[in-house]
Amino acid sequence: MSVVTCPDGDPAVHLAGVRKTYRSGTVEFEALRGIDMAIGTGDFVAVIGPSGSGKSTLMNLLGCLDVPTEGTYLLGGEDVSTMSETQLAHVRNRRIGFVFQQFHLLASLPAWRNVELPLVYAGIGRNERRERAVAALERVGLGDRVGNRPGELSGGQQQRVAVARALVTEPDIILADEPTGNLDSESTEAVLGLLGELHDAGRTIVLITHELEVAARAHRQLVIRDGRITSDESIGASR
Amino acid sequence: MSWAETMRAGLDAIRAQRLRSLLTVLGIVIGISSVILTVGLGQGAQRQVQDQIDALGSNLLIVSPGSSTDSSGVRGGFGSASTLTMSDAEAIADPVAVPDAAAVAPTVSTSSSLAAGETNWTTSMVGATSSWPRVRSRELSSGRFLTAEEIASAAPVTVLGADTVAELFSTGSPVGQTVRVEGTTLTVVGVLAESGASSSGASEDDQAVVPLGLAKQLTGSTDTSVSTIYVEATAQDTLGAAYQEVETLLHNLHGVSAEEADFSLATQDSLVATANETNETMTVLLGGIAAISLLVGGIGVMNIMLVSVTERIREIGLRKALGATPAAIRRQFLVEASMLGLAGGLVGVLIGGLGARVLPALIDQPVAISLTATMAAIGTALALGIGFGVYPASRAARLAPIDALRSQ
Ligand SMILES: Nc1ncnc2c1ncn2[C@@H]1O[C@H](COP(=O)(O)OP(=O)(O)OP(=O)(O)O)[C@@H](O)[C@H]1O
Ligand SMILES: [Mg+2]
Repeated sequence: MSVVTCPDGDPAVHLAGVRKTYRSGTVEFEALRGIDMAIGTGDFVAVIGPSGSGKSTLMNLLGCLDVPTEGTYLLGGEDVSTMSETQLAHVRNRRIGFVFQQFHLLASLPAWRNVELPLVYAGIGRNERRERAVAALERVGLGDRVGNRPGELSGGQQQRVAVARALVTEPDIILADEPTGNLDSESTEAVLGLLGELHDAGRTIVLITHELEVAARAHRQLVIRDGRITSDESIGASR
Repeated sequence: MSWAETMRAGLDAIRAQRLRSLLTVLGIVIGISSVILTVGLGQGAQRQVQDQIDALGSNLLIVSPGSSTDSSGVRGGFGSASTLTMSDAEAIADPVAVPDAAAVAPTVSTSSSLAAGETNWTTSMVGATSSWPRVRSRELSSGRFLTAEEIASAAPVTVLGADTVAELFSTGSPVGQTVRVEGTTLTVVGVLAESGASSSGASEDDQAVVPLGLAKQLTGSTDTSVSTIYVEATAQDTLGAAYQEVETLLHNLHGVSAEEADFSLATQDSLVATANETNETMTVLLGGIAAISLLVGGIGVMNIMLVSVTERIREIGLRKALGATPAAIRRQFLVEASMLGLAGGLVGVLIGGLGARVLPALIDQPVAISLTATMAAIGTALALGIGFGVYPASRAARLAPIDALRSQ
């Protein structure tokens, strides 16, 4: 593989020749078939494409939850495709915030303890954790729900807790895989508004969706089909 | 993630599944409490034997006829009654031959029927000399012991054990009253204070002590053989020396070598050891059963932890996505398993301790709780938790974050 050069100088994410093949028994399926792309720091990118096109697969690679079968992935200039499980865990903890379609909150813990979880693994002290978790919850408008368990919150509120958890570590990149897939229009609006605010604050955001209105909030749209990027266009100037 | 954090997470997880956690530790609770109880029973029985043998006298050496040094040390010589004689006893009493003997008490004992009025009672009739109370550590609760003159003249007098008195005389002091043995009327001159001990199943509180010569006459024996010679050493640490001296002396007197010895020697320690062998077998057996139940308890913990890993697979995936390293996940599950083990151990010790309080009243057996056994039990429970937690914990740690997150 040739030395990767970056057009913008300091890309948050740089993929070169990335392929991902799933194997189940003897059956092989190539979900990503050669992805080359760069995402600049502070970009707000939407990834769209039909079901089964490889969006979630891409997001898992970007989030260091999975490793490419082939190709290189540079995250903030660091090659993560050769890192160990432990190193990847540290990278996820420090650089990435996740928002999932299914929220993925721990039902037994109150909102603030869900939000502080990444800080626990970052080795931050108890008092500071609590302060930062509460501040993050206030930022997503849930200052009065700090002690509620996920079961006591609406879907939109739960997703806002998840957003608070994603931003509490001040990560470089926030990855959101269909964050509004399970939400009504009002909650969708709230969550997208939050992502917009985070973008304004300088975070790099990758938003996966199949809804065009949702994708329209981003400043750049990547269309993916059958494991390949078929279109990459910037829409509208920054706000 | 610090240890304190890991423990907090462990407590959270255990609390979230109270009932299941309780059922998980049940095996360990049962195992630990039965270990505590069996060890306690074994040690209680040993202490009881020790007490009884201590009550036989202090620094005591027991010489019995017969060559066997086997388990029936005290009883020895029933078949070969004539190998020990009064002259052996006199030789042992010689301070030149056996300098470490403080006192010597030869005895003959037979089973005899005593009668007081209309009441009959079969007891052990012991022919003794004046050193008997000292060597056997016995005191009198009323009256006096046999005098030297009475012993020398084989006078028809007796000193009775407390239980014997209770059987023969319903009221009043027996001192001054009479009992009949083999047609001879004996005057009761004293009553022995209770010792509570028993040797070879016969209570030390049920006997009739008479002058040695009288016992010979009453049983129609004409030789000078004796049943047992009790020797009291001058001190605890001269007991070994006294043992050697007596052994050498008797070898010479009887003209036999060590292999063909026609007598046997026993100390209290050897008696205790013999008695404890049986107890130990029991303790090992019961302890083995308890250990098996502990093993089953440990497997129970592993089982539940494995279920817990499967059930919480999404939680594991999420924690990994948020930055938990494999080591942190492994530690979380290990700590959880050890907390379960430790909790089971503590509850088990509590229940075992309670049982040790209640059981003696029910089965009339003393139960001794030792600190060592308790600490060892708690340690074992903890080790079980860790040992059987390792496999589930490493399984959790190995899960790929993405597979874990995706699972339904
Ligand atoms: N673990 C796996 N094993 C085998 N095949 C897989 C696995 N995960 C995904 N795939 C396949 O890879 C392809 C891409 O899946 P992916 O989840 O990335 O799609 P997607 O674009 O996110 O779809 P959707 O919009 O429905 O979420 C699909 O055809 C899927 O069946
Ligand atoms: Mg998807």
